[in-house]
Amino acid sequence: MSQEYQVLAGPEGYLPPAAAVMGVELPKTGEALVEGSLVSDTEALHKIADKLLSAKNPFFFPGPLLLWAWKAGVAERAQAVRDLADAVGAGVIPMPDYRPKYPMINPAIEINPNHPNLTIWHNKIDVCVFVGVHCHYANIALKIIRGGTSCYTIALCGEAGHEDAMISLRDVNLAKIQELTAIVMDKKRQIAGGGK
Amino acid sequence: MQKVVSPEHLFFEAPREQVFITGSEAVREAVRRANVDMAISYPITPQSESMHLVGDIFKEGYIREYFRGENEFAVMSAVAGASMGGVRVFTATGGPGTLRAFELFSTWSGARLPIVCAFMTRGVNSPLTIQPDTIEMSYLLDTGMIMLHAENAQDLYDYLLKAFPIAEQTEVHIPVGVFADGFFVTHTRENVKVAPVDIKLPPYNAYSAPVPVMDMENVPFRQMRDPFVMKSNYVSYAAHASWQQEVMAAAERARPSISSYLGGLLEVENADADILIITSGTAVSIAREAVAQAKQEGFNVGLVKIKCIRPFPTEEIRALTKNAKAVIVPEFNRVGWLAKEIKSIIPDNDKVIGAPRVFGGMTMPTQSILAEIRRCQA
Repeated sequence: MSQEYQVLAGPEGYLPPAAAVMGVELPKTGEALVEGSLVSDTEALHKIADKLLSAKNPFFFPGPLLLWAWKAGVAERAQAVRDLADAVGAGVIPMPDYRPKYPMINPAIEINPNHPNLTIWHNKIDVCVFVGVHCHYANIALKIIRGGTSCYTIALCGEAGHEDAMISLRDVNLAKIQELTAIVMDKKRQIAGGGK
Repeated sequence: MQKVVSPEHLFFEAPREQVFITGSEAVREAVRRANVDMAISYPITPQSESMHLVGDIFKEGYIREYFRGENEFAVMSAVAGASMGGVRVFTATGGPGTLRAFELFSTWSGARLPIVCAFMTRGVNSPLTIQPDTIEMSYLLDTGMIMLHAENAQDLYDYLLKAFPIAEQTEVHIPVGVFADGFFVTHTRENVKVAPVDIKLPPYNAYSAPVPVMDMENVPFRQMRDPFVMKSNYVSYAAHASWQQEVMAAAERARPSISSYLGGLLEVENADADILIITSGTAVSIAREAVAQAKQEGFNVGLVKIKCIRPFPTEEIRALTKNAKAVIVPEFNRVGWLAKEIKSIIPDNDKVIGAPRVFGGMTMPTQSILAEIRRCQA
């Protein structure tokens, strides 16, 4: 077992291992994962902003936990993610549920955790953000994406995070999403002004 | 009226009272403090008494629902349904009951259900036996569940209570089997230290589960976890494979909490000894006595008690056995599944001695372990 397994953009080939089995551990409170290494939450926020702003075709994949106003506070978080995507200039394709879609989903408007490659290939997505997806299904999809595409994956997780994403935050709440949006806006201003 | 306290308070801080109880009664006392929503029973020797006693505390108001299923397969299916519905469930079985329900254990893991099940192990037919034997643990090694092996009634009480917060973490969320050697643990009385009866674990939070709660009527959970079995194509295969990898990853993620709650996946006495005895369950108690006698004879012997079988303490055992000249693995079964596990992870595995093995209902004499120690030194 390697202690230095890196979670990098693929394609890694059929059946890349679960990063947890390769020794990658989930971040503790205040930490985040970048490509299999533990970093501070703040460092990860900046890396996410850099990745999103340098992407050719970034997309957000909001899942059921964000798409339905099933408890107090969800609608506000959904709006904050919409604001973040707008700040980045990213597209949004929902993951409305987890059922395998047969005979074929419409990859222009939907993503599914069991065959996420179809949506990524069809839309030529180079950086994607999972948010509001139940952890089990996010991990299934993140491994398949790493195995079969070159897409760079980011997970904004409200729980403990995802080893199988290239960048993963944990305990993401409304304030954290708004903080990321503010960092994105700040970096955009710097880029527009020619500063660092 | 019980007060909800943190797991840490219940396990480590609350004062404990010493009681003289059987392993089956230890199950009752653990479940009494575990804030269980539903318990489903079916009798099988030597487990029957434990779920009978759990029924008693249902009558006393400690559990919200309790009933008897049609058979073990039905019980484990009903338990799965309850867990998918978002409640904390408990059941117990053993021996032939375990085998009768077998398909469901992998189903629990695959469906990411944090069910806690006590297995009171016994021999498996045929010929018919009800005697102690751990062979069913061999069959369960690759079902995906976390497996904890209790040495005595105290372990059984502690591991069962601790199994709930271990299983229910979002990143883990797979079943935990707590194993105790039938009769030796279930039917003998020991001193067991228990927490006050007026405190209990926090309730299970189904809304932090890594899969949707199975509620077909309400958003956002009006969705099935459809199986892939009806489809034969690359997409189905890849999704199914990734799914299975994720279940294995979930068990890996349990290592920190098992370590924290149980004080490590194993514990060691005299780690630098020339001869190490590595075992689990009640064989640890016998091995401990054998080690004491061997030390009196001048042997440099150590003891490793494995508490967690899945995930297996691979790195810990590699480090411990690196300098040992011999490793003795006593077991209560004929196949020697623990010796096989240890042999599979260390490079110089010809030093692993899979003996003594006791099965068919016999006890394990201390002398049988001493004989192996003397043979190593000869």
